[in-house]
Amino acid sequence: MTLATPAVTERPGGRTAGRWPGQRRKDDGRGGERAARDRATWFLVLPALIPILVLSVGPLLYGIGLAFTDAQSGRTRSTQWIGALNFQDLLHDTLFWDSFRIGLLWAVGVTVPQFLLALGLALLLNENLRMRWLARALAIIPWAMPEVVVGIMWRLVYNPDAGILNETIRDLGLGDGRDWLTGFGTALPAVIVVGIWAGMPQSTVALLAGLQNTPHELHEAAALDGAGAWRRFRTVTWPALKPVALSITALNFIWNFNSFALVYVLTSGGPGGRTRLPMLFAYEEAFRYGQFGYAAAMGCVMVAVISVILAVYLAGRLRGGDDK
Amino acid sequence: MSMRTGRATRAGQYLALTGYLVFLAFPFLWLISTAFKPARELGSLHPTWIPQHPTLDNFRQAFDEQPLLQAAGNSLLAAVSAGVICVLIATPMAYVMARHRGKLSAAATGWVVVSQAFPFVLLIIPLFLILKNLHLINSLAGLIMVYVVWSLPFALWMLVGYVRAVPAELEEAASVDGAGRLRTLVSVTAPLLAPGIVATALFAFITAWNEFFFALVLLKTPEKQTLPVVLTHFIGAEGAADLGPLAAAAFLATLPSLLLFAFIQRRITGGMLAGAVKS
Repeated sequence: MTLATPAVTERPGGRTAGRWPGQRRKDDGRGGERAARDRATWFLVLPALIPILVLSVGPLLYGIGLAFTDAQSGRTRSTQWIGALNFQDLLHDTLFWDSFRIGLLWAVGVTVPQFLLALGLALLLNENLRMRWLARALAIIPWAMPEVVVGIMWRLVYNPDAGILNETIRDLGLGDGRDWLTGFGTALPAVIVVGIWAGMPQSTVALLAGLQNTPHELHEAAALDGAGAWRRFRTVTWPALKPVALSITALNFIWNFNSFALVYVLTSGGPGGRTRLPMLFAYEEAFRYGQFGYAAAMGCVMVAVISVILAVYLAGRLRGGDDK
Repeated sequence: MSMRTGRATRAGQYLALTGYLVFLAFPFLWLISTAFKPARELGSLHPTWIPQHPTLDNFRQAFDEQPLLQAAGNSLLAAVSAGVICVLIATPMAYVMARHRGKLSAAATGWVVVSQAFPFVLLIIPLFLILKNLHLINSLAGLIMVYVVWSLPFALWMLVGYVRAVPAELEEAASVDGAGRLRTLVSVTAPLLAPGIVATALFAFITAWNEFFFALVLLKTPEKQTLPVVLTHFIGAEGAADLGPLAAAAFLATLPSLLLFAFIQRRITGGMLAGAVKS
């Protein structure tokens, strides 16, 4: 393209983006240098590119293809292409839509309070408070823990007899406590609390870093102008924080919607499917009942919904970029 | 901080911060407390925060009940391999993405973003079938391959940030001095990148050490399973569990990633933000 003729490449001030740093232009004007550069690029890129194509992009396309087949595990008859039949079945599968609804409830129920709590903590940590270091140290714990351990840990907290939650309730004279994770009404709220706890640190740290990028002088100026805390937050802090806030909210929503391990360990989707997230449903369908094609179709529906959310987020972000 | 803050506001801030500290800390403290309690106290209807008669029995029993050492060995092998292979292949690619903007870099960046949104079920079914054909089900080698690719997006994300932080002028200067491109990369760029590469490798290690879903699907026999999968065996089929050994094993499984994470937390934060804000 731009390197087609020497005249173009040697234009003073012309684009050098295609050049390695430190690479000097030779004056022979031949394509040899470019070929060598391309070879070097491929040499550097292929070790990662091949695994990505073979183990990520390829399987993903394969997975989408499987959604249109009747693939099952351990069957001798060959797999048939069945068109959109899986999707038609999915439309009428009330259990799937139940799990889908639960997945959305869970994703919103975790993402929104988590964001608000994280914002509060980030604002506190941005102040000159004494226990700041302790809060920062503690915030590492949920982040570094294996999700399985987080699930196990909260099972110990929620344990009806030996758990600290019911014991606290009894100590405060608020009743006998209950069996949180197996109660029809309490299971989903109980796992949502764990989801909030587990994901709060990432959001806090991201928001805190966003806060620390806000110029402090702006706050001072606003304060001198007599702006109260809320107005300072709305006019100075929030605009600076918005890109980070939008990013982490969109990502958290997607991660939460796709989550598996936490709820698998806490309730395995029970009681009676009240916490059966879409991923748990698809996992059971694929690896307990062997319905690979059907489970892949579920994955496709999940991707479609997530894509819509991602598109809304990207559109919002582009609009945000125009503001500047 | 020159802005004045009212005393009442300060008190409110400390109260709120205390609330956060309690919320963040109490499940973990309860895990530790449970891990050191003798069976008799665990059966008591009025559990206490501090074990009255602390004991290590739970740890002993945990090792007796499940093949924890073997599982830890499997986890270690998978996590170390994933961490090392991941940075070995990600660093050159991140270098190209950072320095050499073109269609390839754009596509790679797009993949990094999109891969965050995969529901893993759409990936695991085909991977299961592919690995089955390669006879790599129930093998750590297959799991490691999956972990490498699974850690790649974030590793690339972090590493691109680190490469951008190395001024291109340094490389220019070295090449003016007559060093070849490869020598420039090895003797100038690589040493400056080293801390970032180590942080990325540790991050990939932690990710693999903590991972559960792929391991659950791909590893069938207890001798091959990793620590998170073996931990779930402590929870019985009906959800009834031996609480003490469960807590002890869970506590032990957390320690490596907790220690490493404390070590690299700042760098991960930096990498995460570079991605979240700029990208």
